[in-house]
Amino acid sequence: MPDLGTATAPAPAVATRAAPTPTPATPATPVPIVPASRGRLWRAASTLAGKWAAIILLLALWEALPRLGVVDPVFVPPLSEDLLAWYDLLVSGQLGEHLGASLLRSLAGFVLAIALAIPLGLAIGWYKPVADFLSPVLELFRNTSAVALLPVFTLILGIGETTKVTFVLYACSWPILLNTISGVKTVEPLLIKSARSMGLGPARLFQKVILPAAVPTIFTGVRLAGAYSILVLLFAEMVGAKAGLGYLIQASQSSFRIQDMYAGIITISAIGLLFNQLLVTVERRFSTWRTP
Amino acid sequence: MTVAPERILTQTKIGIRGVSKTFQVRGADRPFTALDEIDLDIRGGEFLTLVGPSGCGKSTLLDLIAGLTAPSSGEIVIDGTPITGPGLDRGIVFQQYALFPWRTATGNVEFGLEAKGVARRERAERARHYLDLVGLAGFEERYPHELSGGMRQRVAIARSLAFDPDVLLMDEPFAALDAQTRESLQEELLGIWEKTGKTIVFITHGIDEAVYLGQRVAVMTSRPGRIKDIVEIAFDSREGDLRADGRFGEYRHHIWTLLRDEVAAAQREEASSVA
Repeated sequence: MPDLGTATAPAPAVATRAAPTPTPATPATPVPIVPASRGRLWRAASTLAGKWAAIILLLALWEALPRLGVVDPVFVPPLSEDLLAWYDLLVSGQLGEHLGASLLRSLAGFVLAIALAIPLGLAIGWYKPVADFLSPVLELFRNTSAVALLPVFTLILGIGETTKVTFVLYACSWPILLNTISGVKTVEPLLIKSARSMGLGPARLFQKVILPAAVPTIFTGVRLAGAYSILVLLFAEMVGAKAGLGYLIQASQSSFRIQDMYAGIITISAIGLLFNQLLVTVERRFSTWRTP
Repeated sequence: MTVAPERILTQTKIGIRGVSKTFQVRGADRPFTALDEIDLDIRGGEFLTLVGPSGCGKSTLLDLIAGLTAPSSGEIVIDGTPITGPGLDRGIVFQQYALFPWRTATGNVEFGLEAKGVARRERAERARHYLDLVGLAGFEERYPHELSGGMRQRVAIARSLAFDPDVLLMDEPFAALDAQTRESLQEELLGIWEKTGKTIVFITHGIDEAVYLGQRVAVMTSRPGRIKDIVEIAFDSREGDLRADGRFGEYRHHIWTLLRDEVAAAQREEASSVA
């Protein structure tokens, strides 16, 4: 479980692009003269292979090691069996049901966190009295792991949907809130000076300079929150729920349906990847002006 | 020295009267004096360059004229009215361009027009006109990070011209550019000045630049900043290679001599504050 409260630094947005690319020629050796198109094709192919090689290797090991008896196939069934179980769950409609329940909770908490944390972060970043007033409380709570507070939520809100959505909302608020504050506070002072010299008052300065300048930083927080929304929900569902992917994984494990458990884990990995990719795409759209 | 005749009769545009600026410095028992009793009249339509050693308060003076800060004592008047804050009758061009990176060249030029409340269609029209004036036709939809340093500064100049201020305040606008780009922008700025008749206050630390651009060069002392001398630059014409003119060298040397003692004083002070 990552430390949910303390992620202040914007994660590198370009991480997904920085896949290891094995280049055949080292800088010291002269580059062989090949037609440009062939060279590009080769490079694209090797990039793709480099990107997927590790994944393919991992999947191959997952299939081979249990079959060879290196790992116990009872605890780690071969990949093909897990995928079959996944397919059965899909066809029976169970997977859809669990997935739907999880996504609804995640998205509800995530969207509420955006609606709550962005305005609050803007207020804290812009109005010094608000910041002075709230800073000690924020400091205290952001250093308290969200997971530690789950029992409190359950105690107050019961074990229903409200608790899970609130839990996701709480965990997702932090990265959004902290990034929004830092986005507002780190606007280039010269831009503010320039806008003020053109006679902009505080309200229009905020609207026309502070807000647009902070958008990329805010979005980094939103992207982090997207990942958290799934991470923490899974935890909540494992502790107490009657549906959801976390419940599926936990219940399968305790009733020894190991293939189903892995099917649930595979699903959650895929969802996490997809969601992150979606947010990265949206983020890029919003910050095309950021110098690469 | 003589002044170009058509400019003699023009009235004072900006009057700086006994202006001082002090800052409270943390840990120091006495306030820090950046500017001390500055008196300077800038005429309407004049191109005035301001040179001085680094840290002499040139930029502070510009901030005061812009209305971004208030003087500790004395007053600055524009057309006889004291300055109370920033306004669109003055436009600033900064050394670091200060373009809004999320706006295209057009969007940046329109910024001041939005502040002025110009209607959308006229904004677009004016933006195109001024980008064309600074030689950026065809680059309207580029973002700042897609433009070179020289082009960015052209956008910044277009932005300041677009809302049609009487006064253009320029804070070492060409200092970050390479020599070639700087020279062509200097030439274009003179062209724009002649075409538009703006009053220009131009800060620089380059003596050549000051002599080449200015009708008058105001030389400032090292800390605390005062006006040491004002040198009238009188060329019959600015056509051709001005820098090859014999008088260019004379002006240059004269200002260099005025500055030499000040630069030495500034360096002594810097050294003693480090020690």
